[in-house]
Amino acid sequence: MKPALLSLNGVAKRFTLHHQHGTELPVLEGVDLQARAGECLVLEGPSGMGKSTLLKLVYANYRASAGRIEVRTGSDSTLDVTQASARELLQLRRDTVSYVSQFLRLIPRVPAIDVVAEALRQDHATDPDVAAAARAEAARWLQRLRIPERLWALPPATFSGGEQQRINIARNLIKPRPLLLLDEPTASLDPANTRTVVELIQEAVARGAAVLGIFHDPEVRAAVATHRIDMTRFRSTA
Amino acid sequence: MPPATSSPQPLLRVQQLSKRYGALTALQDASFELWPGEVLAVVGESGSGKSTLLNTVAAQMRPDSGCVEFRLRDGSLADVHALSAARQRLLARTDWGFVHQNPADGLRMDVSAGANVGERLMGLGWRHYGQLRAAALDWLQRVEIDADRIDDAPRVFSGGMRQRLQIARNLVSSPRLLFMDEPTSGLDVSVQARLLDLLRRLTHELQLAVVIVTHDLAVARLLAQRMVVMQRGRIVESGLTDQLLDDPQHPYTQLLVSSVLPP
Amino acid sequence: MNAPTLGTVLHAPTSASETAASVNFAYLDERSKRMIRRALLKAVAIPGYQVPFGSREMPLPYGWGTGGIQVTAAVIGPNDTLKVIDQGSDDTVNAVNIRRFFQRTAGVPITTQTRAATLIQTRHRIPETPLREGQILVYQVPVPEPLQRLEPRETETRTLHALAEYGLMHVKLYEDIARHGHIATTYDYPVMVNDRYLMSPSPIPKFDNPKLHLNPALQLFGAGREKRIYAVPPYTKVESLSFDDHPFEVQRWEATCALCGATDSFLDEVIIDDQGTRQHTCSDSDHCQQRRDAPSAGAA
Repeated sequence: MKPALLSLNGVAKRFTLHHQHGTELPVLEGVDLQARAGECLVLEGPSGMGKSTLLKLVYANYRASAGRIEVRTGSDSTLDVTQASARELLQLRRDTVSYVSQFLRLIPRVPAIDVVAEALRQDHATDPDVAAAARAEAARWLQRLRIPERLWALPPATFSGGEQQRINIARNLIKPRPLLLLDEPTASLDPANTRTVVELIQEAVARGAAVLGIFHDPEVRAAVATHRIDMTRFRSTA
Repeated sequence: MPPATSSPQPLLRVQQLSKRYGALTALQDASFELWPGEVLAVVGESGSGKSTLLNTVAAQMRPDSGCVEFRLRDGSLADVHALSAARQRLLARTDWGFVHQNPADGLRMDVSAGANVGERLMGLGWRHYGQLRAAALDWLQRVEIDADRIDDAPRVFSGGMRQRLQIARNLVSSPRLLFMDEPTSGLDVSVQARLLDLLRRLTHELQLAVVIVTHDLAVARLLAQRMVVMQRGRIVESGLTDQLLDDPQHPYTQLLVSSVLPP
Repeated sequence: MNAPTLGTVLHAPTSASETAASVNFAYLDERSKRMIRRALLKAVAIPGYQVPFGSREMPLPYGWGTGGIQVTAAVIGPNDTLKVIDQGSDDTVNAVNIRRFFQRTAGVPITTQTRAATLIQTRHRIPETPLREGQILVYQVPVPEPLQRLEPRETETRTLHALAEYGLMHVKLYEDIARHGHIATTYDYPVMVNDRYLMSPSPIPKFDNPKLHLNPALQLFGAGREKRIYAVPPYTKVESLSFDDHPFEVQRWEATCALCGATDSFLDEVIIDDQGTRQHTCSDSDHCQQRRDAPSAGAA
């Protein structure tokens, strides 16, 4: 059996609201989960079950209250996200884990094509050849996701929700990484673009990535899922 | 150039830094490390100690206890406060930058923009007027100041332009570490956006390590991958910026984050 | 007092009765002289470095050469022969008064000939005639700090000198070139002494700057109001600041001296009649006179 690219053991998440009299909001409890190369795990369950929360815990956007989250960083190495330093986490996000959130965080004044190309220029920010190659690759992604060329030089702030979503997807998937976390990537997309995103996911799985995803559309789920995870299993009973 | 984060040694190591003013504890046991290419935001409200932290780390004031170590270009780790005044000043002029909140504090207001940018180079021994001017023009262009303003003094510049000039003046000597104290405060929102974009690009392109003090969480979100939150002289929480802002653990961090009005 | 003619010969020492007998030799008390000499020794030991000294109350106001006078008073002895010039001339008011001061308080022989003097006090010029070993040139200095206009805080300039951080001076030169196309400073042109200290040579024209370099004479500088003394020992390297692509250049004239024909001395431009007729003459009156007295010898 292939080694797990992602392994969650006893992961729990409770929010403590210190300014609401210390109210505790338990969301997840006892999460045990593994994802291997070539697998696409679809998280299922009604809203409020902590699907997005789980993705954010893996990405270290949220901090786990208990348990271990191990991500494979090399043939012999793993990193426990819950114990990692900021520096290790930044490196993890650079090299190992891609995260397509529900919302595109907008940075003013940066043209869409550069938003998409950024991950490919990370180590060589001033190298013009790298920049050109990165933009060419970004252009291919934008074309594939049907973003009109006249928009490429514009900052995405004025784009429609669906266009922003596609920029978000391109930006976070352009650099192929072993682990993909996708939170409703097709929520605002038309059927054609939805199909394209499904293809992108299938291609990632085919190249050996592991995918953890949330999809509202049952057809999409059917098209991509290799495993379905029932999130109600991890509902906190506290 | 190898990826910055693979560098095994930190560029800056701050350990247990403390500073008191009489009975008032301005800073207590502050510690952090910084690697090349990392931007660290220090956030907190007035009186939190963030400016004291910045100033003690940048050797502008002496701590009462604790240690600030900086990795010199030859790879050795130097105790910044044990260096001679001459070496500290040299460091401050070459390998470090300090962007002041008020640009007038970091510029020569009555000397031309070109001379402001060229001064560090002249201090490093550049003696060719033509080359100095060319370097100044290059940097003015990089901070989006019109080339034909090169002979104007910053006294006639707007606040945003002055701040961009201050950045150019600091970066011309290719420093590896940049300190910034509320660099966008007092600027109009659109001007702020432009400046932040510039800072974002430059820190990324130049792989600068940056310590930026700000009370504005949006600035921290935009510029910094890492953040520390200060309250009453202490660092109460630290970690990835997005984690602290999206899932704050410490009561004070939660208070700060929830207090920000969404636009 | 009638203006003496150029070419005045050596004066005999003033008689004792004319010396102000109630005043110490050269006016200053011996302790003050000792204090100033100590400062001078320090200054000579650190070429170009400004040594603070306890400037005394002199019978001239500040701005009239009290610093130069104190230095001269501290080093002059009865065997010295004194020359005093102001803007190159022996017979302007300032030179006349200072010379008379030392005649009355020291009774030393005085001269207008650079060659014959052992001690020359000067305001704003270096004599054209080359100096020799054993001669002392005392400069009157209004503002000893070359960075003063760029950095008015003395606490800061002290640090800059201590750490040899002189980028600021080059900033000023850069500004000149940016503004005027060339370095606009024509007098009091800053120099680096002994590759270490930035120094103000006093408001001499930059024409004279090359004479500071490797001069066989001892050069002493006194600023009375600012209370600083500095020195350039004999044969010291003195380099005028410049940029590689804007090298230091001295002033040149199209004209020659109307009186002696010199082509390489510093010329004053004088209006000689009501019609505004102009004439160029040597600023250094003794030099001009020497050339007129012995033209065949080709006195330089």
